[in-house]
Amino acid sequence: MLLIQCPWCGERAETEFTCGGEGGIVRPATSESMTDAEWGDYVFMRKNPKGLHHEQWRHSAGCGRWFNALRDTVSYRFHGVWKIGEPAPAQAAVHGGGAV
Amino acid sequence: MQKFSIWSLLRNSMSYHEGWEKQWRSPEPKREYDVVVIGAGGHGLATAYYLAKEHGLRNIAVVEKGYLGGGNTARNTTIVRSNYLWDESTALYEKAMKLWEGLSQDINYNVMFSQRGVMNLGHSLQDMRDIERRVSANRLNGVDGEVLSAAQIKEMIPFINLNTRYPVLGASLQRRGGVARHDAVAWGYARAADAHGVDIIQNCEVKGIRREGGAVAGVETAKGFIKAKKVAIVAAGHSSVVADMAGIRLPIECRPLQALVSEPLKPIFPNVVMSNAIHAYISQSDKGDLVIGAGVDQYAGYGQRGSYQTIEQTLQAIVEMFPLFSRVRMNRQWGGIVDISPDACPIIGLTPVKGLYSNCGWGTGGFKATPGSGWVMAHTVAQDRPHALNEALSLDRFYSGHLIDEHGAAGVAH
Repeated sequence: MLLIQCPWCGERAETEFTCGGEGGIVRPATSESMTDAEWGDYVFMRKNPKGLHHEQWRHSAGCGRWFNALRDTVSYRFHGVWKIGEPAPAQAAVHGGGAV
Repeated sequence: MQKFSIWSLLRNSMSYHEGWEKQWRSPEPKREYDVVVIGAGGHGLATAYYLAKEHGLRNIAVVEKGYLGGGNTARNTTIVRSNYLWDESTALYEKAMKLWEGLSQDINYNVMFSQRGVMNLGHSLQDMRDIERRVSANRLNGVDGEVLSAAQIKEMIPFINLNTRYPVLGASLQRRGGVARHDAVAWGYARAADAHGVDIIQNCEVKGIRREGGAVAGVETAKGFIKAKKVAIVAAGHSSVVADMAGIRLPIECRPLQALVSEPLKPIFPNVVMSNAIHAYISQSDKGDLVIGAGVDQYAGYGQRGSYQTIEQTLQAIVEMFPLFSRVRMNRQWGGIVDISPDACPIIGLTPVKGLYSNCGWGTGGFKATPGSGWVMAHTVAQDRPHALNEALSLDRFYSGHLIDEHGAAGVAH
């Protein structure tokens, strides 16, 4: 079982968390003028990388808050966590994570 | 191809079985092929086989990163059934079922297809309503199915504990469902495809997909560039990684799915039992080991292993339903990487790149579809348009919104 660092509560067992999939997906502001292709891309298409992945996780059986994580999808190791709204750590920025 | 039969077995027994020829060649890649299939798993090999057999193509290669049938084909729990809910998916799985029923004869290889019946348990009134609905839908689609009461389940499996935390109220039963020998499916298709002249090139990872003017030109591999008129991506578990080489985005998330086998026991388990609600399914292999499957892990992962708590929850459910297995020891446990698509249905068809085709998104249940998947994929590649059976399963459905929600019948919680 993984030990996951919650940015608010500290290190807890994996079973306390829910993975919310790819992080940093920004809801489009121009929804009324978007094409089907743009909607499909936003709603369904995912990066699904083999390697470092920017994800959103929720400490659902703890504080209940969402946070960002950078995790390796091969070793499953967490390389960093940061709160929603905070700038991503330098390493995450390299891999496409922005301030979200 | 050396034909397998009782006579060839007898003849070879005279020479201490030293006269058997290799079942397939290991050729070096040619410079150019009409079709290159990426991935020598069951689906990829079946695609190559039906391209050769049904569509008369001869210049075909299957390139494989590791060894033949070493990915999800070797990692599933070998269950075969076709009792899905919606017309589009049922038609494809039923096509696969019909091919399964004649497969051993067709490819002259015993895939040990055993139609011992698949039960899907219902643990609540809503489960039972869903089962009634699905069985009715199956019958309307010409797929066999029946609803069993708790007493009928007990009659078939006397040692089941129905009075569990999530009591067993009934089940659906597809008698034509069952299991097949997973490795034999890959080996049998490989041998039959090879006999049609298909080059199966193992240890040859694809590193890139070369495109010229919006059309596919070939694949860059560990053994150099291979020119190809058409390329079919059949690389479940790495679908997004390979599609990314051609700049295509897929609605797929790869996740670990785990399974376990026990030490071999004497024959005890009569059929296949699946429970969607408590994330567990079980059958007994012909070798005697109990084959147990779990639900998918919650996060994306390419590591071919998963979380221990997932196994623990699955075994808790199994032991509660079948208390007599509480002291059975587990021999091995492993994970496969499954392509989870948003609607639990596969994505088979054309891509925005001309001459490039994709077959992915089988989620937790691709094994059962192996013959049907290869059959429709071969048609799609050969004719450059989908077959009626996979028309609705194209990538376009995620832009048009015509999703086919099979989460209920997909059998494994995700």
